[in-house]
Amino acid sequence: MGNPTMWMIWPDNAALSILVLALIAMVALYAARAPMHALLRSASYTLGGPLRLAARWLSGVAAELRARNKAVLLAQGRRETGQRIEREFERLALLVQRDLQGYPTLQRKLLEEITRVEEDYKKCGEVPPPPPDWVDAVSAVAKIKTGGGEVVQKILVDIRQSLEGIHDKALAEYRRAYQNRHSILEGFMPYWRSLDKTMKQVDKNMTGIQEAAAAVDAQMATYKEIAARSDEAESQLTNSAFTQFAIAAIVMAVALGGAFVNFKLIALPMSEMVGASDYITATLRTSEVAALVIILVEASMGLFVMESLRITHLFPRISNLDDRMRRRMIWISLSLLFLLAGIESALALMRDMLIADKQALLQSLATTPAVVNEGWLGHIPTAGQMVLGFILPFALAFVAVPLESFIHSARTVGGALLVHLIYALGFALRIAANVVRQASRALVHAYDVLIVLPLLAEHTIHARKGGAAGDEGERVDPRESTLHPLS
Amino acid sequence: MRIRTVAASFLVACLALGAAGCTDSRSHAQAVYLLVDTSGTYAKQADKAQLVINYLLGTLNPGDSLAVARVVSRSFSEKDIVAKATFDTRPSEANAQKRAFRAKTETFLRHVQPTAHTDITGGLIQGAEFLNETGAGTKTVIIFSDMQEDLDKVTVRNFPIRLDHIRVIAVNVTKLNTDNIDPRLYLGRLDAWHKRVIAAGASEWKVINDLERLNAIFRNS
Repeated sequence: MGNPTMWMIWPDNAALSILVLALIAMVALYAARAPMHALLRSASYTLGGPLRLAARWLSGVAAELRARNKAVLLAQGRRETGQRIEREFERLALLVQRDLQGYPTLQRKLLEEITRVEEDYKKCGEVPPPPPDWVDAVSAVAKIKTGGGEVVQKILVDIRQSLEGIHDKALAEYRRAYQNRHSILEGFMPYWRSLDKTMKQVDKNMTGIQEAAAAVDAQMATYKEIAARSDEAESQLTNSAFTQFAIAAIVMAVALGGAFVNFKLIALPMSEMVGASDYITATLRTSEVAALVIILVEASMGLFVMESLRITHLFPRISNLDDRMRRRMIWISLSLLFLLAGIESALALMRDMLIADKQALLQSLATTPAVVNEGWLGHIPTAGQMVLGFILPFALAFVAVPLESFIHSARTVGGALLVHLIYALGFALRIAANVVRQASRALVHAYDVLIVLPLLAEHTIHARKGGAAGDEGERVDPRESTLHPLS
Repeated sequence: MRIRTVAASFLVACLALGAAGCTDSRSHAQAVYLLVDTSGTYAKQADKAQLVINYLLGTLNPGDSLAVARVVSRSFSEKDIVAKATFDTRPSEANAQKRAFRAKTETFLRHVQPTAHTDITGGLIQGAEFLNETGAGTKTVIIFSDMQEDLDKVTVRNFPIRLDHIRVIAVNVTKLNTDNIDPRLYLGRLDAWHKRVIAAGASEWKVINDLERLNAIFRNS
């Protein structure tokens, strides 16, 4: 151990020693002020420069990545919207074919019915024959004065009787004519109804076509937005991708649950095939891996079926195959899937048998006899397991659909998140660079605080020199060199 | 194109390395050697040994090994192994083996003949030999005895034995009349065995007197 008072100039007087040493140090520090300031500035640049540079680079990378993401997103959106428009047009074509294919017939029928109605209407317009000219004659006869003559009176009675007979006849004729017109009008009714029905049908068809056309218009508007590379389109597509991602993730989580149940069904019986004592890791048995492989093969077969049916488009080579080859592939994949489902069903049965065997062994080893549960109720779990074992592979086949959505949307979601992450990192680096710069300034000021006495002396000297020089020329502010060390 | 080729090669290399690294070459099998004391008055306890055997048969998995041997006047002999089996890796076969094993041990325990002396050390050496031959990952010797060794004058057992990485569990260690008079004899006997098996390299020493708690056999303390 060294002497603790060795550093003292006057070992008996510590305070004085400290004071003198402090003064010496102050002078030394004052002398080294300029290089120390330069050193601190240099250190600040050395540390802060790369940080600022990295922040700028990250910002550039993020912008580039964002532009790339936008390009990919818009291209994807354009392709999807194009496909949707194509489908809408197909629907429209179907509608037109279905509804307007029979339009000429419909039109002919309509025209025929209208013609018939018109003809009937014309028939209705045929007025009954007007009263004969003898009405005037009757009026004239009525004005004849009888004069009390019997002959005249008799003639008049005869005339009246004949006129009444004729009148009744004319009235009956008139009534019959109107009856005919009414019956013609009554005959209109089915034609009117038919016309009304036909018109309604036409209206319905036209509405359906209008709706389909409106859907095409909407898709076309979206397509135009995408083609114009607008921010709104980008935002819409990004939101859509996030929604797709979330939905696909949920559905896949559900499918994973199904796969887990499937795994549990076949893991135990697989140990009967590959052995129960082989391990791949400390806790993972070979039989479990084999069961997992079977499930994955089933999912792959399901994927191939979906690809061959052109429901999903994960493998362009499959969807580009010619129809004959594609049909073959569908049949092969379906057959394998069917076979695997059968195997799984058998494994599920074997699982039940193994568990029952193990249970029987444990019961025979137990001291107390177990309750035997016989009857049809005992077979329900077995049947349930077998059915589940057969159905689950087919259900898993549909995972291909959400998987495709998940993969496609993951590109957008991952890209967007990566851009934000890079921006955040760049921001953090910029903050760090600013902290370094401010810390360097603070250190320079702290250094000046340590050598405050020499600096004050320098002030005074400069002030005096400045006072003397003030008479001759411009006065110099000494603080410029001391109080703003970084300027 | 080149980047894709490099990436694909890298992926394949990673998968190959992963597959090689993932394979667990350690044995996960268990091997249990049960020593049943048939000497003197303890022979009356033999029927209780069936409980332990039943528990072991119900707990051991396909691929595990089990042997039941008797402790007689001189136990370092294969002839004293009553039944032994390495269960098949197929669960159905293993269950059939377990049934046969149980039948065999039941017959033995029904006709136990008491012996004059008790050679636990010889049984332990024989057990260690059997367990090491199985190559199992976990090796356990269960001693169903009062742990009172009683050798004849000719038999030599006072030398260091090797029980490396073997768990030794004493089950149903009954108290002798002398233990009741002075419990220190009982505690001292157990302590002496504890020191002896640990000195022999055993990984664990445990005493289970309550046959209702046999699940402690496979629970590491």
